[in-house]
Amino acid sequence: MTARPRDLPSAPGAGVPALAVSGVSHAFGVRKALDDVSLDVPAGSFTALLGPNGAGKTTLFSLVTRLYDNRSGAIHVLGSDVRRQPAAALSRLGVVFQARTLDLELTVLDNLLYHATLHGIGFRAGRHRALELLAQDGIADRASDKVRNLSGGQMRRVEIVRALMHRPRLLLLDEPTVGLDIASRAALVAQVRALVAQEGIGVLWATHIIEEIGPGDRVVVLHRGRVRAEGSYEELLARSGGEDLSAAFLQLVDDAGEAAA
Amino acid sequence: MSRHHHRFRLPISGYLIVLIGICWREGLRFLNQRGRFLSALVRPLVWLFIFAAGFRSVLGVSIIPPYETYVLYEVYVTPGLVAMIQLFNGLQSSLSMVYDREVGAMRILLVSPYPRWYLLVCKLVAGICVSLLQVYAFLAVAWFWEVELPPIGYFTVMPALLLSGLMLGAMGLLMSSLFRQMENFASVMNFVIFPMFFASSALYPLWRVQESSLALWWICTFNPFTYAVELIRFALYGQFAPFAALVVAGCALVFLAASILAYDPSAGVMARRGGPDAAK
Repeated sequence: MTARPRDLPSAPGAGVPALAVSGVSHAFGVRKALDDVSLDVPAGSFTALLGPNGAGKTTLFSLVTRLYDNRSGAIHVLGSDVRRQPAAALSRLGVVFQARTLDLELTVLDNLLYHATLHGIGFRAGRHRALELLAQDGIADRASDKVRNLSGGQMRRVEIVRALMHRPRLLLLDEPTVGLDIASRAALVAQVRALVAQEGIGVLWATHIIEEIGPGDRVVVLHRGRVRAEGSYEELLARSGGEDLSAAFLQLVDDAGEAAA
Repeated sequence: MSRHHHRFRLPISGYLIVLIGICWREGLRFLNQRGRFLSALVRPLVWLFIFAAGFRSVLGVSIIPPYETYVLYEVYVTPGLVAMIQLFNGLQSSLSMVYDREVGAMRILLVSPYPRWYLLVCKLVAGICVSLLQVYAFLAVAWFWEVELPPIGYFTVMPALLLSGLMLGAMGLLMSSLFRQMENFASVMNFVIFPMFFASSALYPLWRVQESSLALWWICTFNPFTYAVELIRFALYGQFAPFAALVVAGCALVFLAASILAYDPSAGVMARRGGPDAAK
């Protein structure tokens, strides 16, 4: 048994971004975590959300995934307002959180099936989809292994497979390479870039590791809860006059610091 | 485009799949944690085999409804021990939710497109299913210990167990929303489980409590756990205790509403504290 959402929103027309955040602010008590943040993730793009620790990336992810509501501004996933139409928005959204969220005591397949049921996908269809994705990723032989026995890189790959179980059109990844070795990190980035190229999924990749961003990517620089710059990799380099993105990023962050002072 | 989005509805069959999925996962976790099952069974059996046997000659229980004759003390405490299983299970489920929050697994549940209140109710139902397994395993062992209930009682107790499990599970759910870390929650369990259990009619009838301490009697009377015990006690003998049922149902609704509010994305405590894994 597989439940398919009735009256699934028709495919958004050209120009409707996979994610549109406009004028979002958020505070925890007196601490302002996000301040008038606006950004777009076009469909079929790899957008890097670049910011140092504490920039507000995880808070933004929490709002986009509606772990709690945004109190100002608006967040749209493929045209659906996350606060007002959460079912439509969340059903088209896949997410890999910064913290590992797999159940270590269950097998890889059981973790994937559990996620499938949370999206209304029955066991038979879920099993089929899970094995298909695991095979594509080359880890089908680990399906019956307990997650506890996987390496950090394999766990991350399983989490990405899990995020794709319900065929989302927007994929959010919050610092997914933290704790991985260089080879695993490169493999993970390549895997997600392939998804963008082959499936046309919009990806928002939060990171503070500049090496993960390359030519052709869209980049949003978030610092102290504010968007400091947004544009293509090349535009950012040209705008800052820096020699590479590291220099451009440091310059943007320094400028923000001086402005705040 | 907006017209299309307003019509978006999740299918009814999807709700059923979510419920089955959450219960299935809870069942898998339970089977994987054999120690949990064993301790859930051993705890009330220790009370039955040792405590009740020891106090059999000390504590006399006169004929009070629903009993039609004098009963052994073991028989008297059995409904209280059944409720204790559910109390422990309710808080154990909540403990696992606090753990899930700490390790981030809670997020996967909460980003499901299905309504959050429904997901929480499913978690509760899954917890109740697990507690039913524990209760019937306990009653089966107790049967060999001369705690023989009317055969019909094993069936009529089912709705009572569902209701009391809902109340105790919802109470645990509410508590899980209030604590950021396992350590805090674990210590609070001691301040909840034991006072609730001892200040109730689980171990001694209320008339005996009243004889010895009026203040304690008042506390027992205001303890919702007392009504869960009485509801189960009467149901085990094929009888219905309407006032106890009303109190348990009322408390279940209040606890459930409060926990749904606590986990609400716009009004809940999580939004103010920084999310479900704010402990990190």
